Amino acid sequence: MTLSAPVTSGDAQGMTIVARTQGQLVRRRFFQHKAAMTGLVVLLAVVVLAFTSVGFGPFGGWWKHGWTTTGRVIDGGAPTLTLWPFSIGEHPFGQDNVGKDYFALVMRGTQQSLLVALLVGLVATSVGTFVGAAAGYFRRRTETALMRLTDVMITIPVLLIAAIVGRMAGGSGILVLGLALGLVIWPQLARLVRGEVLSLREREFIEAARAIGTRPRRIIFKHILPNTLGIIIVSTTLTIASAILVESAISFLGFGVQPPDISLGQLISFYQGAMLTRPWLFWWPGILIITVALSINFIGDGLRDAFDPRQNRVRA
Amino acid sequence: MIAFITRRLMISVFVLLAATIIMYVMTALSGDPLADLRQQTGPNREDQMRVRSERMNLDVPIPIRYLQWLGALITGDLGVNRDGQDVGVILGNALAATLQLVVAATVLAMLIGITVGILSALRQYSGFDYSVTFAAFVAFSLPLFWLAVMLKQYVAIGFNTWLRDPVIDTTVIVVVAIAAGLLWGALTAGSTQARLISFTLGALVTATFLSFLSSTRWFADPGLGTVVIGLIAVASAVGICALFAGLQYRGPLYAALAAAGLGTALHTVLGGVLTDPTWPQLLGLLVLTVGVCVALGYGLGGLLRRQAITTAILTGLVTAGLIFLDALLSAFQAYSQRMRGRPIATIGSNTPNFRGDFWQLTLDSATHIMLPTMALILISMATYSRYSRASMLEVMNQDYVRTARAKGLPERTVIVKHAFRNGMIPITTLMAFDFAGVIGGAVVTESVFGWKGMGQMFRDGLEMVDPAPVMAFFVVTGGAIVVFNMIADIIYAYLDPRIRLS
Repeated sequence: MTLSAPVTSGDAQGMTIVARTQGQLVRRRFFQHKAAMTGLVVLLAVVVLAFTSVGFGPFGGWWKHGWTTTGRVIDGGAPTLTLWPFSIGEHPFGQDNVGKDYFALVMRGTQQSLLVALLVGLVATSVGTFVGAAAGYFRRRTETALMRLTDVMITIPVLLIAAIVGRMAGGSGILVLGLALGLVIWPQLARLVRGEVLSLREREFIEAARAIGTRPRRIIFKHILPNTLGIIIVSTTLTIASAILVESAISFLGFGVQPPDISLGQLISFYQGAMLTRPWLFWWPGILIITVALSINFIGDGLRDAFDPRQNRVRA
Repeated sequence: MIAFITRRLMISVFVLLAATIIMYVMTALSGDPLADLRQQTGPNREDQMRVRSERMNLDVPIPIRYLQWLGALITGDLGVNRDGQDVGVILGNALAATLQLVVAATVLAMLIGITVGILSALRQYSGFDYSVTFAAFVAFSLPLFWLAVMLKQYVAIGFNTWLRDPVIDTTVIVVVAIAAGLLWGALTAGSTQARLISFTLGALVTATFLSFLSSTRWFADPGLGTVVIGLIAVASAVGICALFAGLQYRGPLYAALAAAGLGTALHTVLGGVLTDPTWPQLLGLLVLTVGVCVALGYGLGGLLRRQAITTAILTGLVTAGLIFLDALLSAFQAYSQRMRGRPIATIGSNTPNFRGDFWQLTLDSATHIMLPTMALILISMATYSRYSRASMLEVMNQDYVRTARAKGLPERTVIVKHAFRNGMIPITTLMAFDFAGVIGGAVVTESVFGWKGMGQMFRDGLEMVDPAPVMAFFVVTGGAIVVFNMIADIIYAYLDPRIRLS
């Protein structure tokens, strides 16, 4: 697909070899990955739309309706968005039964879902990396204790434990919820990092570092973790994608984001009864969840290919 | 081996025990079990609170409550829920529905997913491969509950409405035929001409088939009939032989064809037995089928006895499945009429107070389980197809596969014997992992389709901060996951000789 060997420039002199660092190679491969680039553009568009349209925090947005203001229900609240001829109309995504603008609601939900997912990804990555690196490097008791803990956590299906921590933290706002979810869905990453660290710690450069008396902390942070950066970044991306789905699932079950906070799953759950009379209340949040999760998954796939070109042979 | 299993079992028990501690404590801490009573204003509020605190042992610290629960569990007592009902009884009712759903979804997802994955690996970088890859990504990104509601709304209700006048639109026929043609074309290897031919053939056959079904209003009163059963049985006998033994050998082919013929002949004879059978009877028939097929394979197999027995058994099972399906479909019209023409159900795991013969009852469960299973399998199917594709590709690039090809083995042998077996080893680990996901998914699907299954039990229990039902759910599912994990480990060790059992 992409060239992993140094590329020859189109110089008139012929074969001039351009030296590239590891980072440059990865970046090049990533930017040449079409699916990942499409995903990135779509994701950025959604993020910009969600955060600028209805505003965030102290910043106001450009959209004329707020997500809490009710209004007169026009035409049964049907969406006014038409693609051909393109026109946005007054309420592009329609209105709910009390006349709230659904575009504003969905954008607010997207913001909060994205924030929760990002937080979950960051927390889960930090905890997972820490546990995996410690278990892999120190071996013996530390490893046994940490990996048994991981085994135990993996036995519990993600959705169950997420629902339970959601029940605990849901009422305290989305930040607490994201933190709590992140604290329970790290085990997969911990296993991954441990496996990688186990193979790295036997390599010569680590032995050399140990031989000159480098402290464990420095070895882990300076020598081992930078080499596992690839799988960590990839797995963070994929965790964020699945976090969006987990958050929306538990919000749908009623254990996630609680009003007055809005998330995409909670919108679907809230308007589930309106499926027959106002199907669009159901369509839009779902479409946004799919769009966001799909583009993040594609970015993750592109990152995986970029960090691990050997796998190109095996997986597209 | 026994030492390995024992050791593995011990570890599993401890892991599960530790997991129950986490689950119990977190559930107990997840909220206020008296919240609904606190908001009441009635005069007996204090009384109700006292009764509930006593029943749930709320005045005892959580660790001790856990130990009490654990002690009761060892004697087989799952405790009582908030309202004093015995959780064991509730679980007994809920278990069957959920297990049906989870097992059906897992098995189907594995079968279809692995097949699709292998096909897309064998046709890497083809249109089929790219479509499967894209579809898998979409499936990974689908919120399950959203998909379930969509299926309920559009598939179930739409299909029921369509069934009043089961005539397929010409446009639909054309579109489906073109899609089928594209699929066949993409799956065909070789020149553009070969691809074009299989595209045309695939499209034409599909179009004729659909028009036939539509014009005979097959969907209103479906069924297969002896002729169709015979044709499909023979076709699958040939297909199974081509896959497992190679068509150039006579023995296995004759055995498989004999199994197909015998099965079809029995279909006409067996009518009486199959009017209102019971599950044990059917199981007996199944065992009988396998026995007869083994005999057929043994007798007709010649030198290739082992392959002959395999092909005969598989063909026999397919034929038996066809006969079962035929009987089930024949009951469809009567069932549909009893359901006032809306046979695909959207709520519950069976029609309340429904009585009928064996086929109608089975059909009743089948129509209820169909949509939740569809929603559930779509996502795990994607996982299976991705993993089996990657694993198959990795194996196909190994040196020993090149060697097998170089020494002139036919492609069938290379793929089925050398690549497939080794490629499936990593899938065993996935099986255990995916099972946990399906259980989580079952909670969501049950909630959408209003099943009174274990997922409902979990959800209600968690809502009421009532550990007993939540823990009952977890003991069953967590136990199943641990057992699945163990089986996966054992199979893995058995399949891969590089792994030492110590």
